[in-house]
Amino acid sequence: MSLNIIVLAKQVPDTRNVGKDAMKADGTINRAALPAIFNPEDLNALEQALKLKELHPGSKVTILTMGPARAAEIVREGMFRGADGGIVLSDRAFAGSDTLATSYALSAAVRKIGDYDLIIGGRQAIDGDTAQVGPQIAEKLGIPQITYAEDILNVENGEITVKRRIESGVETVKAKLPLVVTVNSSAADCRPRNAKALQKYKYAAVPSEVASDEAKKEFIEKRPYLSIGEWSAATVDADLAQCGLAGSPTKVKSIENVVFTAKEARRIENNDEELEGLIKDLIANHTIG
Amino acid sequence: MANFYNDNEALKHYLSHPMMEKIVELKERNFADADKYDYAPQNFEDAIDSYDRVLEIVGDISGNVIAENAEEVDHTGPQVVNNRVKYAPATEKNLDACRKAGLMGMSMPRRLGGLNFPITPYIMAADIVSRADAGFENLWGLQDCAETIYEFANEEQKQKYIPLVCEGATMSMDLTEPDAGSDLQSVMLKATKKEDGTYVLNGVKRFITNGDSDIHLVLARSEEGSKDGRGLSMFIYDKRNGGVNVRRIENKMGIKGSPTCELVYKDAPAELVGSTRLGLIKYVMALMNGARLGIAAQSVGISEAAYREALQYAKERQQFGKPIIEFPAVAEILSLMKAKLDATRALLYACSRFVDMYKIYDDIAKERALTVEEKKEQKYYSKLADAFTPLAKGLSSEYCNQNAYDCIQIHGGSGFMKDYACERLYRDARITSIYEGTTQLQVVAAIRHVTTGTYLNKIREFEAEEVKPEFEGIKNTLVFMTQQYADAVQAVMGVDDTKYHDFMARRLVEMAGNIIMGYLLLEDANRNEDFKKSLVVYVKYGEAEVARHASFIGNFKPEQINDYLYENA
Repeated sequence: MSLNIIVLAKQVPDTRNVGKDAMKADGTINRAALPAIFNPEDLNALEQALKLKELHPGSKVTILTMGPARAAEIVREGMFRGADGGIVLSDRAFAGSDTLATSYALSAAVRKIGDYDLIIGGRQAIDGDTAQVGPQIAEKLGIPQITYAEDILNVENGEITVKRRIESGVETVKAKLPLVVTVNSSAADCRPRNAKALQKYKYAAVPSEVASDEAKKEFIEKRPYLSIGEWSAATVDADLAQCGLAGSPTKVKSIENVVFTAKEARRIENNDEELEGLIKDLIANHTIG
Repeated sequence: MANFYNDNEALKHYLSHPMMEKIVELKERNFADADKYDYAPQNFEDAIDSYDRVLEIVGDISGNVIAENAEEVDHTGPQVVNNRVKYAPATEKNLDACRKAGLMGMSMPRRLGGLNFPITPYIMAADIVSRADAGFENLWGLQDCAETIYEFANEEQKQKYIPLVCEGATMSMDLTEPDAGSDLQSVMLKATKKEDGTYVLNGVKRFITNGDSDIHLVLARSEEGSKDGRGLSMFIYDKRNGGVNVRRIENKMGIKGSPTCELVYKDAPAELVGSTRLGLIKYVMALMNGARLGIAAQSVGISEAAYREALQYAKERQQFGKPIIEFPAVAEILSLMKAKLDATRALLYACSRFVDMYKIYDDIAKERALTVEEKKEQKYYSKLADAFTPLAKGLSSEYCNQNAYDCIQIHGGSGFMKDYACERLYRDARITSIYEGTTQLQVVAAIRHVTTGTYLNKIREFEAEEVKPEFEGIKNTLVFMTQQYADAVQAVMGVDDTKYHDFMARRLVEMAGNIIMGYLLLEDANRNEDFKKSLVVYVKYGEAEVARHASFIGNFKPEQINDYLYENA
């Protein structure tokens, strides 16, 4: 059975290489100072999708991302690694979206795509760390969700079997298609770019990237596989009141730097009493529990 | 996120060599594939951009997968289970990454599933992979056996086997036997023709790298009763047919991840490649030339790794209150390591460009008659490739060993321990000057280009090139070295004794190599400031080397050779 898989991906600032100018004075992220990368757990998600594509020949993997036109970079990256194409959901109306508005816009785009069996995304993005968007999309679409997935074991007879990584270990669960799966970083790394796919798709672009270049425009028109979708709020029939800042109840009041300092050191001997004492202390000061 | 391509500017420098434009245009037949294949380049810039970006993939996998796995592969190694080779698990991961990235069959034409890359960017990939793990480079690099199928097999065989290689089937070249090492004319593996015209193979092969591969090229004796190379033919054995078992794998000093197999052929079905009797004299010679260029790349890759390990350690290691790199004795070692690395890389890519030129002309000649001008070029580059291949293989493998040695020296006592990568590099380097023909055999192949003047003619061409005024002094040194070389050649050839010629051959070949690498670095420095330091350091070194050889030859009386020979031992 061939599958239509949507991979949710986000272009994020690389917070793993944070320099001095990473934050602006107003406490927001200085995106210009950080390289934009494919959100790492979304790459884990893409790998699961590509694995399913191999297991189910004829399957189609579509990258869906929300962001400015340059987020097309993420779609291209996905195509270099084996995705069939993608869509950039891009509109000024989406600016300032919190997770609620983001999941609203993305679910509207998913509805527009219409024919899908599986939506796979990373557990969370490294810029916000909320892990809310995937589950919210499932709720809005009224379909099941499996979170913390580590390995999609198989899809058979309209049912998916997934190994999930939970706090106390691993559990294997089944659910009916269509559904949303969010994938952990403990899942398999994404495969590398493929040399042929890279050469084939390197000129893929959204219309606004090539708007001022007639030659490139014509080149892409002749080769439909190079055309990356660029959808606005209107394309996906979004209610503007639920988009962007207007649709975002989350308000950032203030941001402060938290610096952890070690105030004292304690030596715990390796015996049951001492360890029990430590655990009790940690529970008492709410470090754990 | 290490990337072994992006962190190495020298590779980009050679990718932008002026000769690349002609190579790419010929290789792409003026971009005739542009509308036939969705991954074919539209023009020269597009092609170079593609090579650049594919090499970035190679750099990514090499830096983040293959190099990360190298130590584990070195410790685990392959095993023989039920007559089959089982790679180390991390080797499987490396192969999986290369297959998924589509890095197999890189130089094969698109119609057979390949990327249609010229040899030069393919050799860059080999250089990069070798820096990560030389042993793994063997498994991956044996894809260039497909080149021999492409050049000499019939269309049906090409259609049958080359797409498999492009999809990731592994290859091996089964040449060596217990009694036929350097002397391949003694190969005994028997090929028997059956009534239906197909062949079966019987016998034993030894020291076969990746001997349990999917597709083997096998040298076997098809002509019963023959004794020499003219009775040998080349065959393809497809593992799916069965008939070849792995008896054992060798316990080696280095490149431990690469299984070196003893193979037993028992009525193994095989297909003849090309014509009978041409196996050794034509096909293996072509195969070996490709493999030698591969080993030159492997040597440069190991040299690169050794230099980087040494440099990093010398910057970090503090003694007497400062990093050891600040001591002149240490700095000199490092500078010379870098100069040798750059010199051999310059030679490697000069050679690969020559190989590209003649191979592409050979291929075009199958489609249409070459023009007079093209034929002239084909001949010119074919000769240069023939002259430069043994030079590149011989000298880069020797320098790679010297660099691996110096890398340990920089590490001091720590380098002797198993804790640092340098000890693996040292062990891995050792084979490069042995397999695919020892350095001594590279000299045998190279010496005729000393005597016929191929090297000297090329040196004269270099000499005619304009250089920036700042390099005039260095050029004068190279001109002087050339005179010493020419005098030495004349002195040696003036003695009517082939034994004496053989005895002096390596010295003459090395002198030619010193001068040629000096000129190549001069050309590089003329185009790119980054090469200036290596140019200066290398020419200083080469000058002393040439003088040393000139002095030895000048002070040697031909009859003194008797003090060295063991003829009646």
